[in-house]
Amino acid sequence: MTDRRRSKFRYDFFHDPSAVGGAAILAFFLLAALFAPLLAPHNPYDLTQVTMADALKPPVWRSGGTSTFLLGTDDRGRDILSTILFGCRTSLMVAVGVVVLSGGLGVTLGLLAGYYGGKLDAVVMRLADTLFSFSTTLIAFLMMGLFKQRGVMMVIIAIAVVDWVRYARTMRGSVLEAKQEVYITAARATGCSDARILLKHLLPNVLAPIFVVVAVDMAVVIMIEATLSFLGVGVPLTEPSLGMMIAIGKNYMYAGMWWMVLFPGGTMVLIVMGINLFADWLREELNPKISRRR
Amino acid sequence: MLGVTFICFVIFRFTGDPSVIIAGQDATPAQVEEVRQAYGLDKPFYIQYVLWLSHAARGDFGRSFISRVPALGLILERLPATVELATTAVLLALSLGVFLGVVVSIRPRRWLSRLIMMSSLAGISTPTFLIGTLLIMVFAVELGILPPFGRGETVLLFHYWPTGFLTLSGLTHLVLPVLTLVGYQLAVLLRLTRAGMREVLGEEYIKTAWAKGLSRKRVVFKHALRNVLIPVVTMSGLMLGEILVFSIVTETIYQWPGMGNLLLTSIYESDQPVIVAYIMLASFIILTINVGVDILYALLNPKIRYD
Repeated sequence: MTDRRRSKFRYDFFHDPSAVGGAAILAFFLLAALFAPLLAPHNPYDLTQVTMADALKPPVWRSGGTSTFLLGTDDRGRDILSTILFGCRTSLMVAVGVVVLSGGLGVTLGLLAGYYGGKLDAVVMRLADTLFSFSTTLIAFLMMGLFKQRGVMMVIIAIAVVDWVRYARTMRGSVLEAKQEVYITAARATGCSDARILLKHLLPNVLAPIFVVVAVDMAVVIMIEATLSFLGVGVPLTEPSLGMMIAIGKNYMYAGMWWMVLFPGGTMVLIVMGINLFADWLREELNPKISRRR
Repeated sequence: MLGVTFICFVIFRFTGDPSVIIAGQDATPAQVEEVRQAYGLDKPFYIQYVLWLSHAARGDFGRSFISRVPALGLILERLPATVELATTAVLLALSLGVFLGVVVSIRPRRWLSRLIMMSSLAGISTPTFLIGTLLIMVFAVELGILPPFGRGETVLLFHYWPTGFLTLSGLTHLVLPVLTLVGYQLAVLLRLTRAGMREVLGEEYIKTAWAKGLSRKRVVFKHALRNVLIPVVTMSGLMLGEILVFSIVTETIYQWPGMGNLLLTSIYESDQPVIVAYIMLASFIILTINVGVDILYALLNPKIRYD
């Protein structure tokens, strides 16, 4: 990126309230998740700190609430605020894990398929189309249903099985276009090896759309993880998860204990919305077809 | 399709020993062995696969390990409930999504458009299960005007298809699940239509169409929307898998007696034949729809021709 483009990028970002807002929300929850052990008033998964005697406490401002548990407690006496903080951690961990794993795989496959074409391209894209028509959530759900062990790593793998397709497709599309450019022909004429062309010339020029995919993907993955955990096939019961909190809370909803659903639910919507706001801005910023003057 | 069958079989055969599950937790080893022989689970792996495949081709996926009735029958029995829920949701999401997307892209600065875009942002940021939970909370628990679970009364159509469309209680039971299922998909389609329209409306041929003095209706629907519909149609094809999985979520939340509810129970109970039959049926439906989408392409875009 040249200096001029970089400064335009920065200018556009700081002059778009929704982009700044989205990024701020995201940064807030990232920090909260990162420092969860320091910030959380309790450790909801330390069994010595949790007693059933504290179960089903309402938030502090309702009658029966105590200031020890600001947002109340769940059915096992875990502090909701702390569980949310630790839950964000799991969500973001899964999101980053999936983005790294499927992003790495997808970008590599897309790059190779687009550049070499032929049989490799046909096989990869055929596979991608078939997988994608089953939807990431469906395959992840079925895989988690089959896995005997549960764990954060399992969730990451189950989601990445289909998720790499997003990256591969975007990558392949951009490579097919960029391949025709004069600078690639020039690089080849000067005797560059394929590896050098791919990594030094092609990759940096086609990476921009991938950033958009990363942003959108983070939001999607967080929701998939929550959905899996809600259905009881996500992270194990010993791990905190927003989806699982909502599933537990749902059982107490009829008793009027709305806080068990609303707080974790609201947190998740905020995180995902923050990412989406930022992703929307990024997509338009990087799309040359839409002029951003208003 | 054959690939799917093989993968299904391998995975299920090697995740837990079904004979132990059928015989029950505290069965003696002799009982387990008896069950193993009765269900043919003692034969070599490839023979099991071939046997299973030849049965599957005839629509026989074996009997459910839990309820001992044919797996496919069990699923087909639940099919009408899911189909009614899913089609209502898809039709609603598709028509409303495209319509609102067009409205928003023609007048992007109106307060109504801004409101729609804000709600669509909330829509894509709220997973289906949360929408469902919140809807129950508001309409069933707080206001008490809509039923929170079940399918209500049904009427038997053609001696086979129990439908909830024809009774008042069936229709009221349909409202919340459909809204739940529509929420996220509607937001996705709306945003896709809007994004497409925004790109297309800046193109030269649209300016030409305006310059020719064509009516707004003609320019927007005939010239612009037609080109935008291609990604929208692709997306709706892809949405089907999503709808299937989110119908699992929705059916669980509302205790809707459909296929998804059955699948989740089967997964908890490792009921292999039912899960396999579900996957096969789901992949059959998805592949069929995909072919349908490909044909629609050709109709929408004369440039694409299949030989």
